[in-house]
Amino acid sequence: MSQAALRINKISGHAGSIPGEDTQRQDLVCKLVDTTTCIGCKACEVACVEWNDMPFSQTTFDNTYQTMPDTRWNYWNLILFNEHEREDGSLQWLMRKHQCMHCAEPGCLEACPADGAIVQYSNGVVDFQQANCIGCGYCITGCPFNIPKFNSVTKRVYKCSLCTDRVSEGLEPACIKSCPTGCLHFGTKDDMKDLADKRAKQLRENYGFANAGVYDPPGVGGTGVIYVLHDATQPELYGGLPSRPSIPLSVKLWKHPLKWLGNLAIVGGLVGLFVHYLKFGPKGREEEDIAGTPGGGQP
Amino acid sequence: MTPTNDQQAQMPSGGHPERLTLHRHVLRYEFHERLTHWVAAGSYIYCLATGLAFWSPWLFWIAVVLGGGQISRVLHPWSGLIFFGSVLYMYEMWSKQMRFEPVDKQWWASLRYYITNQDDKMPPAGRYNAGQKMLFWSFFWAGLVLLLTGLVLWFPERLPWSMRWLRYISVFLHPVAALVTIANFMIHIYMGVFAERGAFGSVIRGDVSLAFAKRYHPGWYREIMGSSEPRK
Repeated sequence: MSQAALRINKISGHAGSIPGEDTQRQDLVCKLVDTTTCIGCKACEVACVEWNDMPFSQTTFDNTYQTMPDTRWNYWNLILFNEHEREDGSLQWLMRKHQCMHCAEPGCLEACPADGAIVQYSNGVVDFQQANCIGCGYCITGCPFNIPKFNSVTKRVYKCSLCTDRVSEGLEPACIKSCPTGCLHFGTKDDMKDLADKRAKQLRENYGFANAGVYDPPGVGGTGVIYVLHDATQPELYGGLPSRPSIPLSVKLWKHPLKWLGNLAIVGGLVGLFVHYLKFGPKGREEEDIAGTPGGGQP
Repeated sequence: MTPTNDQQAQMPSGGHPERLTLHRHVLRYEFHERLTHWVAAGSYIYCLATGLAFWSPWLFWIAVVLGGGQISRVLHPWSGLIFFGSVLYMYEMWSKQMRFEPVDKQWWASLRYYITNQDDKMPPAGRYNAGQKMLFWSFFWAGLVLLLTGLVLWFPERLPWSMRWLRYISVFLHPVAALVTIANFMIHIYMGVFAERGAFGSVIRGDVSLAFAKRYHPGWYREIMGSSEPRK
């Protein structure tokens, strides 16, 4: 595949430096999802399954328009349908394209113990390398968006690759390509932020959405997928989009203070025991013990 | 392993002459105790090695040496189950002997003499001294935490999103409990292999010299010998 052309920014479970780090400057790429113009046609869902050549996945009907309750290992892109009753009693039908957010500080990558199983390219795309995946599922714990999905047959974890094979060839991701309303945009992070801000301003000033805004959560360092929301103060309405996502505290505690304290304690303990032996040596033996048979008393 | 007649003849009544072996030795660990110990040791060491590989990228090579990250991930929980099973059996065998007694308080108070190898100044320990009891319970409770958190980490994908807090707790507590066992393990190896000569043999061949018993476990020695003579 053509990912080789992409420079790497972060590698999971990797000891030492990152090959090729900082040798090339690349723009961050970004998907912009304008939830205000999504019509819920699911063309992006189909395009994703088609392009990534995913096996057929049975859908689940739960009295909504939603294809299934959650993304799956072979269904990376899902439109979430949410009915929201406003204070004045009117109904708002919120649709959100749910997929990997491609965090600048990815919790999955942070939690992953396998060398090279998750990489972040210098264009910001977070990609799973199933060949290196050990199937521990720590990425599932690290992700604040509930994205990585485990395949119990292959024992590997899968998620949206931001069509990195297309992007590295200068193409837009399959979902963007398929969108008929223009609610999906793809480009550099700066351009998409600019476009999103303009659209949010338009919504605030001309369409009466006073709280319209852009979702680009700083808790994970910003994301490679940003949303324009009718009401940016309540992202939870859009199928549980967390308002302040971050890498779980316990993952941070485990990966930083605990790891260093633990390493210090283990090495300190080994050195301490060795020095103890040098100073005090083994415990003594009784006269008669030394006189007894060597080898612990077997006849 | 049968005591000689003249050894038995010397025994005062009330002891356990059947535990005496040849050459003034005494049976400390029976076969099922030794076997359990080594099942626990083997499964623990495998879990430790693969666990360290997952703990730090600098140690991931251990998983590679042991056949790769994937197989290590598959076998680590099974090995953990075997370890916990052997710990449960140890509980069955030893938990009564591991109860803390008044002498153990004195033992802790005299810890500095134990550390500096002045064992003649130690209060008379029974079959297990207070440190060994501490090691046992520490392994037992840490093992229980490892089991419970390990079950969550074994099948993280089975937990619904609403119960993700269980994953968050487990992913932190599992290495914490593992670090507790690593501290135990290092002290255990040091004491058993390096510090107390004769201890390692006892968990291989089963017996220790009477001198060893008298020196490190005077209470147990008296129990075996059935004698109430004060320790010299």
